Parts: sequence; structure tokens; C-alpha cells
Amino acid sequence: MYGWYILRRIAGMVPVLLGTTFLIFLAVYALPGDPVQAIAGPGQPIPPATAEIIRAQYHLDDPLIVQYLQYMKRLLTGDFGTDLNGQSVGAVISASWPVTLKLALTAWVAAGVIGVALGTFSGIRSGGVIDNGTLVLTTIMLGVPYFVIAYVAKVVFAVKWKVLPPSGVAEGWPLSYILPGAVLAIFLIPEIARLTRASVMDNLRSDFVDTAVAKGLDRRTVVGRHVLRASLLPVVSSLGLSLGYMLSGAVLIEGIFNLPGLGYAMFRGINQHSGPTVVGIGTLMIMLFLLISLAVDVLYGVLDPRIRLV
Amino acid sequence: MSELIPEAGDVLDVIQGTEQPATGARLSNRRMHHVLRRPRVLIPSLLVLLICLIAIAPALFAGWFGHGDPHECTLGNSGKPPQSGHPFGFDIQGCDLYANVVYGTRTSMLIALVGTSAALVVTLVLGSLAGYFRGAVDSVISRTMDIFFGFPSLIAMIILLNTIAVRSALTVSLVLALFVWAPLTRIFRASVLAVSNLEYVTAAKEIGASTPRILFKHVVPNAVGPLAAILTLTMAGIITAEAALTFLGVGLKAPTISWGVQLNTAQRYFTTNLNLLIFPSLFLSVTVLAFVMLGDALRDFLDPKAER
Repeated sequence: MYGWYILRRIAGMVPVLLGTTFLIFLAVYALPGDPVQAIAGPGQPIPPATAEIIRAQYHLDDPLIVQYLQYMKRLLTGDFGTDLNGQSVGAVISASWPVTLKLALTAWVAAGVIGVALGTFSGIRSGGVIDNGTLVLTTIMLGVPYFVIAYVAKVVFAVKWKVLPPSGVAEGWPLSYILPGAVLAIFLIPEIARLTRASVMDNLRSDFVDTAVAKGLDRRTVVGRHVLRASLLPVVSSLGLSLGYMLSGAVLIEGIFNLPGLGYAMFRGINQHSGPTVVGIGTLMIMLFLLISLAVDVLYGVLDPRIRLV
Repeated sequence: MSELIPEAGDVLDVIQGTEQPATGARLSNRRMHHVLRRPRVLIPSLLVLLICLIAIAPALFAGWFGHGDPHECTLGNSGKPPQSGHPFGFDIQGCDLYANVVYGTRTSMLIALVGTSAALVVTLVLGSLAGYFRGAVDSVISRTMDIFFGFPSLIAMIILLNTIAVRSALTVSLVLALFVWAPLTRIFRASVLAVSNLEYVTAAKEIGASTPRILFKHVVPNAVGPLAAILTLTMAGIITAEAALTFLGVGLKAPTISWGVQLNTAQRYFTTNLNLLIFPSLFLSVTVLAFVMLGDALRDFLDPKAER
């Protein structure tokens, strides 16, 4: 039963994986215009010898479908291309992923704890002070673009007060990761808090809560044991997807705080007009995102057996 | 006022006296006025109206301090702090920062409008096809949506924009639209699906109304209601995304006056010229905040299930 569910999920993922990679492939290699230029990056001067190498390396003279298969083969064997200085994008990735992982996990845990706490307290006393405060707070978090928050945080905490390092990872975890982690967490908190709140309010109205109250359980037990357990189900799936969305947040945050992670490598790739770096790391991020969504689906099936029937 | 939420306004005219659809799209005139008078809707509506006004006629606002021309620059003033007649100071080119920030409103709003409209057209067509005809058409459209849900959109936009050498406001808007139509279409498809099952649609079929007539007269007008809130939030999302992409260096480029371009320049000087960062950020944040607040409030008040 559960095995079938997992298989169905994986099968459902295949067309999405093919579709996303095909779209990237089309955008980079097959769009009208000069594919050599697109691969190298816009505005990048290309000597004829380099153009020749690129044409051969990416099989640009072959039919489109052959090119796509070659592209998929390179992706699946972990070859994310070579930038114009001859450095393999794979090497850049393996050097920088630990930083991004540390940053993402720091932000993720912080956002999960704060978001669920805010959402739960707002949900059990909806219309109260905490609820209204959370509404204002999450609206501001949603409204003020987080790269603006990042700069404000950097100016206030690192430049004016000098309590935290403004950039780099020289101070190690946790000191160097506090500021960027906090800003990245802010990016996620609104959705988690709002989802938890709605879910808690929904469950508070349900029959099993009436039963628990009728049995004479105190409020703490009702909320802690019954309401929260049921309410966190949708939150789990949102938390999982957030981990994926953090990859895109990392491009801005790591760029702003000079954290040498995947996002920073992409940020630098954009500024140096290095097409292969941007496409290679971007593709990796999209594949990671898909894997995380798959893992979330599978986990959701464990937590909520009802979903396996759908 | 109704131009802010055209969908809800149109719904109003069409659905008077029709069967109530299950989607919560129906609003009586009285309820509409009631909703609009709530401070949570009214305040952001007025803000959005003001922002639209600035975008339409920036010259009206830019000249308040006597230096309304964003292109009038003196390199000698490069990076100077605020002074009389120049409340925000000067940018690196020595242009009046206030005038530039005011003119930046137009670019952001233009991109938001073009991007959202393009996505809306796609949504209306694909959503009604998928929701009304179902079957194979629905499968194809829904699977395509799945693919777009598989992207972390900012990453995909970066990859795509990075391959385009010459980027104008139009290309940026269209790339943004490419990654916002899917969530809109998912909502609209569900709404069309619900409306198509209602008795008045069956009745229209029974009396022999043509399919286009049923779609345009009965289904689409009654199904667009749920889009009002999400469209407002999409505007906010597009404004943020454009600023972020331009800030990263894959969006608009220098001669264009935009908040993203200003912020992109400011990041190199933020230790010495904080005003370059603060003022565009402020305008950007207030604009996005206004749209987010309006979208949030509309969703809460128009969707009976999410009553706050």
C-alpha cells in the first residue's frame, strides 16, 4: 500500500523533472539567437576558438533532441558544465554547498520554531493581542522585500553597532550565520505562522476537540496533545517546501552577506556574466527543489495515512 | 474604486439575481460597500490609488521640491547628502534622488501591470479550458502547471533572464508572467470547475445555449471572484521580484529609472551613502506593503471560509 504510494509519487515526478530540464534546455540552448553566446553568458566576448570548443562540447551541430539527450546525460552524471575560465561548475558546487546547507538549516529551524509558536498562540486566541501583533508582523515581513531587510540588518547590526560580522564566514557557525540566517528565516515565517494559525483554528472547531474537552481534559492537554498534533500536518508540507524555496532566497542573502555558498557562486556568476555557472548551479537548485518536494510528499504519506488513498 | 478590483466589480453587474455559486464569488452591492469601508481595505486601497497616481503622472510629484527632472544631473553633486530642495540627496551621477525615486514608481507599476495582465490572460484562457472541458485538455494544462510548480521561480527567472542579452521592461514583465500564471490558473480552474457544476449552467446547456455563450456569459464572470485577492498579491510579488532580479543584475539596466537599478548601484556605496539605499527601499517597501495589505484584506473579506 505505502510502497505503491511512493512509487506513484516518483512516477509523478518524472514528467515534472523532464519538463523543467527541457524548459531550461530550451531557454539556454534552443531559443532564437546564438546559443554559443547564451551558453557563454550575455555580453561575453567569444574568440572563434572558444566558440568552436563550445559548439563541440555542447553538440550544438546535432539535432535538438540529441542535444537534449546529451544535456540530460551530462546532468545525470553530475556534470554541470565548465565556466569560461575552465573551472568545472561541479567543483564550485562541491566547495560551496556546506555553507548553504548550514545557512539553510539555521534559518529553517529558526523559522519553524518561531512560525509555529506565533501561529499556535494566534490560533488559540484569535482576535487577541498576540494574534493581531502576529498579523501586523507577518504583513510587514511579507511586504518589505527581504533583500531590503538584509541590508537594513547589515547596516544596523554589523556597520553601526558592530555586534555581528557584516560578511563572510570567517567567524564560523553560529556567529557568521546569525544575521543572514535571521533574514532568511524572516522570508519563511509569515507563511508558516499563517498556515499554523488557520490550521489550529480549524481543528479547535472539530468534534474531537469537543470530545477531549467533554472528557474533562485541561486546555493545555487539549491544545498540546490533540490540536497541535493534528494542526502540524499541513505545516510539515509547507516547511518541507520552504527548504526548497530557501535555495532561491540564498542567492540574494549569500550575495549580500558574502557567504561563499551556492547562492553566492550564482550571484558572482551573474555579475561576471558566466553563463555556465548560472545555468549549472540554477539547474542543481531546481533538481534539489524537486527532490525535496518528493521527500515531503513521501513523509506526508507517513504522517497522514489518509493521503495515500487519494 | 471598482477599478482596483475590476473582477469583483464585473462580478457584481453580472451575477445580480443569479444562483449563488459555491465559490464565494457572489457579492451584493451592499456587502461590497461594506467591505470597501473597512479600514483594512480602505487604507491600502487609498495607498494603492496614490501609487498609481504617482506612476501615471510622476512629474506632478517629482517637482515638489523644485528639482523635478530626474535627468538633470551635475557630477559635482555626486553622492551629496540631503540638502534644501533635495530632500533625499543626490545619487552617484549627481542627479536628484527624490525625483529619481518618484520616477522609479512608474517602471515598477508598469512591469507589475503588464506582467499581471499577461498572466491573467493566460489564466482566463487555460483555466476556463481546463475547468470547463476537463478530460484531455485539462490533463495537458494541469501537467504543464505541475512543471511550473516544480520551479523555485526566482532561480528559473535568473536562468532565463541571464540568457537574454538585451532586457527591456517588456521582456522582464513577460518572463515574470511566465512564472506567475500557474498558481493563478490553478485557482481559476478550481473555481470554473465549481461554477460549471451549478444548476444555471446545466439549465443554460439544456435550453441550447452555445458553448462560448455559456463560458463568457455564465461561467467565467462567476468564476473570476476568487482571483481578486490573489491578483493583488501577484502585483506585490512581481514588484518584489523585479526589484530583486534587477538588484541581482539580471533585470533592467542603468538608463532605465527603476528602484531595482537604484538599489543595485547603492549596494556598492552603502557604507558611505546610506541614503542611496534607504529611499528607494522605502518606496519599494511601502508599495509592496500596500498591495500585500490590500490582497490580504480582500482575501479575508471576500472569502467567507477565511473569515478573520
